[in-house]
Amino acid sequence: MTGTDVMPYSSTDDAAQHEVLQKTWAPRRGLFSWFFQIDHHSIGRRFLFTAFVWFGCGGILAALMRVQLAKPNNTFLSADRYNQIFTLHGITMMFLFGVPVMEALAVYVIPLMLGTRALAFPRANAYAYYLFLFAGLMVYGALFLDMAPDTGWFSYVPLASPAFAPGKRVDIWAELVNFTEISALIVAVEIVVTILKQRAPGMSIHRMPLYVWSMLVTALMIIFAMPSVMVASNFIGLDRLVGTHIFNPAEGGDVLLWQHLFWFFGHPEVYIIFIPGLGIVSSIVTVFCRRPVFGYTAMVLSLVATAFMGFGLWVHHMFATGLPQSGESFFTAASMMIAIPSGVQIFCWIATIWLGRPSYRPPFMFVLGFFAVFVIGGLSGVMVASVPLDIQLHDTFFVVAHLHYVLIGGAVFPLLGGIFYWFPKMTGRLMHEGLGHASFWLVFIGFNVTFFPMHKLGLSGMPRRVYTYLPETGWGALNLLATIGAGVLGLGMLLFFGNALWNMWRGRAAGADPWGGDTLEWATSSPPPHYNFLRLPVVSGREPLWHEPERAPVVAGLAADKREVLITHVFDAAPDHRYVYPSPSPWPFVAALATAAMLVGGLFTPWSFAIGLTVLAIFLTAWFWPSSPAKEGEESADSPKSGEAS
Amino acid sequence: MLMNVLTYAALVHESVLDPAGTHARTIAGLWSVFLWVTAAIYVLVMVALVIALMRRGKHDAAETPRGTYAAVWVAGAASVMVLFALLTASILTGRAVAEERSEPLRITLTGRQWWWQIDYEDADPSRRITSANEITVPVGVPVTIHLHSSDVIHSFWVPSLNGKRDLIPGHDGTITILAERAGLFRGQCAEFCGVQHAKMALWVNAVEPAIYARWVEGSRKTARTPSTPSEIAGLQVFLRSPCPLCHTIQGTDASGSTAPDLTHLASRRSLGADSLPNTRAALTGWIRDAQQAKPGCQMPAIDLRSEELNALVDYLGSLQ
Repeated sequence: MTGTDVMPYSSTDDAAQHEVLQKTWAPRRGLFSWFFQIDHHSIGRRFLFTAFVWFGCGGILAALMRVQLAKPNNTFLSADRYNQIFTLHGITMMFLFGVPVMEALAVYVIPLMLGTRALAFPRANAYAYYLFLFAGLMVYGALFLDMAPDTGWFSYVPLASPAFAPGKRVDIWAELVNFTEISALIVAVEIVVTILKQRAPGMSIHRMPLYVWSMLVTALMIIFAMPSVMVASNFIGLDRLVGTHIFNPAEGGDVLLWQHLFWFFGHPEVYIIFIPGLGIVSSIVTVFCRRPVFGYTAMVLSLVATAFMGFGLWVHHMFATGLPQSGESFFTAASMMIAIPSGVQIFCWIATIWLGRPSYRPPFMFVLGFFAVFVIGGLSGVMVASVPLDIQLHDTFFVVAHLHYVLIGGAVFPLLGGIFYWFPKMTGRLMHEGLGHASFWLVFIGFNVTFFPMHKLGLSGMPRRVYTYLPETGWGALNLLATIGAGVLGLGMLLFFGNALWNMWRGRAAGADPWGGDTLEWATSSPPPHYNFLRLPVVSGREPLWHEPERAPVVAGLAADKREVLITHVFDAAPDHRYVYPSPSPWPFVAALATAAMLVGGLFTPWSFAIGLTVLAIFLTAWFWPSSPAKEGEESADSPKSGEAS
Repeated sequence: MLMNVLTYAALVHESVLDPAGTHARTIAGLWSVFLWVTAAIYVLVMVALVIALMRRGKHDAAETPRGTYAAVWVAGAASVMVLFALLTASILTGRAVAEERSEPLRITLTGRQWWWQIDYEDADPSRRITSANEITVPVGVPVTIHLHSSDVIHSFWVPSLNGKRDLIPGHDGTITILAERAGLFRGQCAEFCGVQHAKMALWVNAVEPAIYARWVEGSRKTARTPSTPSEIAGLQVFLRSPCPLCHTIQGTDASGSTAPDLTHLASRRSLGADSLPNTRAALTGWIRDAQQAKPGCQMPAIDLRSEELNALVDYLGSLQ
């Protein structure tokens, strides 16, 4: 990690600069330093690792379900166990994997891609990570105590109301939502602020990489969508713990209110999970076709349009509840029209490939898998958008197939490609390409053998969320096929993650830029130093590394002996002011512990919140206590200047 | 009863693609349109992708030929037009399917954890029919089913006849079915409703109007009086044990209302909302310990001596 690797230009005092920056930004050492970490690399890595652990757990649950459904009248799992497992599978993939893993990747990659030293609000980032960790520990702990939620990840009332769901299972669901959504909201705010205020000078809004655009759109969607489900989960908590009747029809409550609150979050959630995937696809297509993505403006507008329209079609999850016809027509139209921006993006990528020279390396293979799978999911989405078709297909295995084609196709395929692509940046080592290809084919074939037959099962009348079925239904053969496919899919996943784990230590050294990337994260060493860039870059195009990087100007004037970052203007990314970052602190961990205690206590008594918030206020005061007046005063107004490297 | 079991598999109609009702047939038509249009789109997109991958003679990074812009514009505009066409087809089909019909026959369906209560309404209470898990309807007559739930949300779905409609506490709804031909049409609850959601199925038995009239005649009668000594003993066992707390047998003192009406139990195809076929052995096992076949259901295990159980099964088996 010497200064000369870090940037493509060199300077005599690079070594000295490195020494000073290293001293300023390096994490604390010592026994408890783990709890002090606020660095976006280490928090990002932990976030990613933890999310993939939960992904593995969710995958094991899926495998158990497939074993149970492999033949009719199977007794491998009991009804009660199966219901806990399918609920926890949904919870895991939606709350503990889908959203967090995308945020985690952004936590690591975004500051590098923007050419800044750190992620905004680093202490909050650590706090968000610990909450996320505790969330998974709580809910998997509950599974081992045989008290995992069993009312579906959507937890519809009145099935989840106290009359029909005694015990603590649904309360665990409600608190899990609080855990994960607090965490997701905090990270979303960090991502928005980092993207809007910490871009490298010159990276005006129309030069932002498409991945950054996708994360900006995703984070804004999270900020609008998540509060709705938190309101819902706390309403159900009140009904269960305090005795309110918000969802009790016998006392004037309304059960459909739940569905509106839930799907106002739940539908945008789908886009929140796969829009980052679209951003990853843009990154990979650019680099592996050696060509900027065709139609940048159209791509950006499509992302933004998807985000807006994504909030206007939640009711298509409720067609079977019986709605006025004009309402149905509106939501059908909205649900079909959202296919247009996705289609435009597909066409633009194909045009890019048409004009470029694709090289078939594993990240690009996963992108090709994305095309083949995601387009099917989009088209079956057009089918379920139609009210008459949806009342046949809703809540059947057809929808199981559709949603996995969208989410595995739109999010997991690009994510695996993205992991392969950014793995050398994070670890300094390359994953094995041959194994990468093998894992791609296993995942691709296994996925299609598992999920394609489910379309037919749904059309043949098989409802979702059934723990078994009768032999007379004739659903056995396709279910067996799906189970075999799941085995192949599982093997592919094991191979992919085995490849990653092995090469984390044994892989070939990657160098700063193994793929010939276009964005700024490839301008620094792999793995990057704690301060990211020896000298902060100034950019003058959308693919800064492809435009004469040798002569790129850099930022001058930021102190190296203080944790200073450069804040720039929202639209044109002109330098605005310097900002001194907070130092490592144990308080985020302590505050997260207190929050976790409060939320777990909330399973049993509402007083937990009164006491917990008081304790939390004390810890937050410690967290925000200024370290010394001198340091705080240095957030100065005089702008640093950008200039040529000497 | 043996007949029932033998023909069970052959008679099952439970598929969106095997329509036997006007609504399901209309929807199946729309399905074909969507299937072929989306399949064509998929093939076109994949062909474009493969050609893009195979293409020789790539362009310089600097230039973008005008043809590319034109192609993307055409593809975008074409998708908009295709989607509008599909939207129009969908809305027109939706109107056709939703058209309200007259109600010569009014049935109330109540969802319960985990079975279906069926009431044929009539102004004259003595002409009402109450049954469970099996709806008999005349062919060619629109039947409007009024949907209630007494506990959680369930969903009524018989794929060969019509799409599904939820049974929501506090929000009563209706759905109309019109069977075009005679047959047995199976359906399962389509909204997750708790531990035995998987074993909450029902049958719609569509029969010719003349047969329907005879069925109505028979179903309005109170239960058959037990004739053999064993059946008489069976009725006594029934009335002595906890059964009448939940079950009704019309014409006897048993008038519980939280479990299926057993007045014509022997004429049904299955037990426990199609958990088991309605055979003597299955019925015996069901009474002894229903939790074995349907864990978590409301039916408790009934502790009877074997001769009592035999008599009870004799009696219940006679309730045609």
